[in-house]
Amino acid sequence: MKKKYSIFSLLKNAFSYHENWEKAWKDPLPKKEYEAIIIGGGGHGLATAYYMAKKHNMKNIAVLEKGWIGGGNTGRNTTIIRSNYLWDASAGLYDHALKIWEGLSQELNYNVMFSQRGVMNLAHNLQDVRDLKRRTHANRLNGIDAVYLNTEQVKKFCPIINTSPDIRYPVLGGTLQRRAGTARHDAVAWGYARAADEMGVDIIQNCEVKGIKRNADSVVGIETTKGFIKTKKIGVVAAGHSSVIANMVGLKLPLESKPLQALVSEPVKPIIDTVVMSNAVHAYVSQSDKGELVIGAGTDDYVSYSQKGSHDIVEGTLSAILELYPIFSRMRMLRQWGGIVDICPDASPIISKTSIKGLYFNCGWGTGGFKATPGSGDLFAHTIANDEPHKLNAAFNINRFISGDLVDEHGAAAVAH
Amino acid sequence: MFVINCPYCGEREQSEFKAGGEAHIIRPKQPTELSDDQWAEYLFMRKNIKGIQFERWVHTHGCRKWFNVVRDTSNDVIKAVYKMGEKPPTK
Repeated sequence: MKKKYSIFSLLKNAFSYHENWEKAWKDPLPKKEYEAIIIGGGGHGLATAYYMAKKHNMKNIAVLEKGWIGGGNTGRNTTIIRSNYLWDASAGLYDHALKIWEGLSQELNYNVMFSQRGVMNLAHNLQDVRDLKRRTHANRLNGIDAVYLNTEQVKKFCPIINTSPDIRYPVLGGTLQRRAGTARHDAVAWGYARAADEMGVDIIQNCEVKGIKRNADSVVGIETTKGFIKTKKIGVVAAGHSSVIANMVGLKLPLESKPLQALVSEPVKPIIDTVVMSNAVHAYVSQSDKGELVIGAGTDDYVSYSQKGSHDIVEGTLSAILELYPIFSRMRMLRQWGGIVDICPDASPIISKTSIKGLYFNCGWGTGGFKATPGSGDLFAHTIANDEPHKLNAAFNINRFISGDLVDEHGAAAVAH
Repeated sequence: MFVINCPYCGEREQSEFKAGGEAHIIRPKQPTELSDDQWAEYLFMRKNIKGIQFERWVHTHGCRKWFNVVRDTSNDVIKAVYKMGEKPPTK
């Protein structure tokens, strides 16, 4: 049993100069066989393992991570959490996650710094206004908090926005979800890793999957850089590298992996206390607790696994940011990076069984997977444990690309892909 | 960000081009005769290769012509460029 983190443990460890903290998770060698193996030690993968152990009583499971915990997209995103999606299936999925976020720090005994500072989405033309009003109504019918704001209300909620009517893309209004916000992304991975480890999950880092062994209709085990591991159930949560794993078993997925960039500025005093997103000009910004502006750019349009994107994408985003926030004109950017996101044709995720028995995929989260981390893990754990989807992720199966029953959030999501 | 050698205009910055995805996916001659599985395969399923990929590009802000590119998607190094209708290079 791990010692609980609390104000008292913090005090106690302060006296020993913080040199005697217990390791948050072990560093085991893989066993010969597991009941189930999760490929990918990001937030979604670790959450899956945690809920499999906690809610489905599966104790003999492992998470394989090619790099280190928190080194992939979990540590590269812009940490925005919201659930104001248009379609019922998406609203159900993302609000399920948001409800878990609201109690996550307590549940994991790990401060994920979940901050419900609100997310505001801007409208810049008549079509945006109509779309956002429609989405507000759809959200409210699904029990998701949403309000529509006019230009004055937008200005009042975030005073640094330039609402002048003579800019290239004037602000005509916006929506606000007050329950939405941000969380500390690394803490989410670390918190789930620590909690899963306590449940007996083996977290195996620096262990790359080289192949998947299967017989005619089911999986048998995984070939890794740390040897062969036997298992009957494999959950793949490999984000941008999902297709690489799928190709190992001759499966094709409806995915394209593309670079998505983000950047942060030098730290400054508090200036923006919410998250503001604009679909039309593709710019979104928030401020971290350290004071850095966190800015998300768009994806490049070509397939790449190189974790670096094009400069013109960043340039486009920053020009939009500067028009909306002239106050940032002399801000210096500190760091810029890229992550590889796997995008489905309908921009909705896949949480699904496959045609191979014992092989499950959780992928296609594209540019917006972080917000879904707890819900995604919970529903994927249910899907693997019961060999059938939960009702909240039934719509997100692979077969929707054959039946045509897509969850088309592409044009409807708050930010275009 | 990289430079693409357009077969019609020469070397230009990648931002002048648009990517058109995986190349050599042939549109079925009789779509009405396909099963849903086959149609989904044509429409949605992609190799999404990490490594050498054959793909289409269009020089949007130049000659506006389509052509094919062979690129290593793990590091964005372009191996070859060839015109539409030409045979893809084998090595």
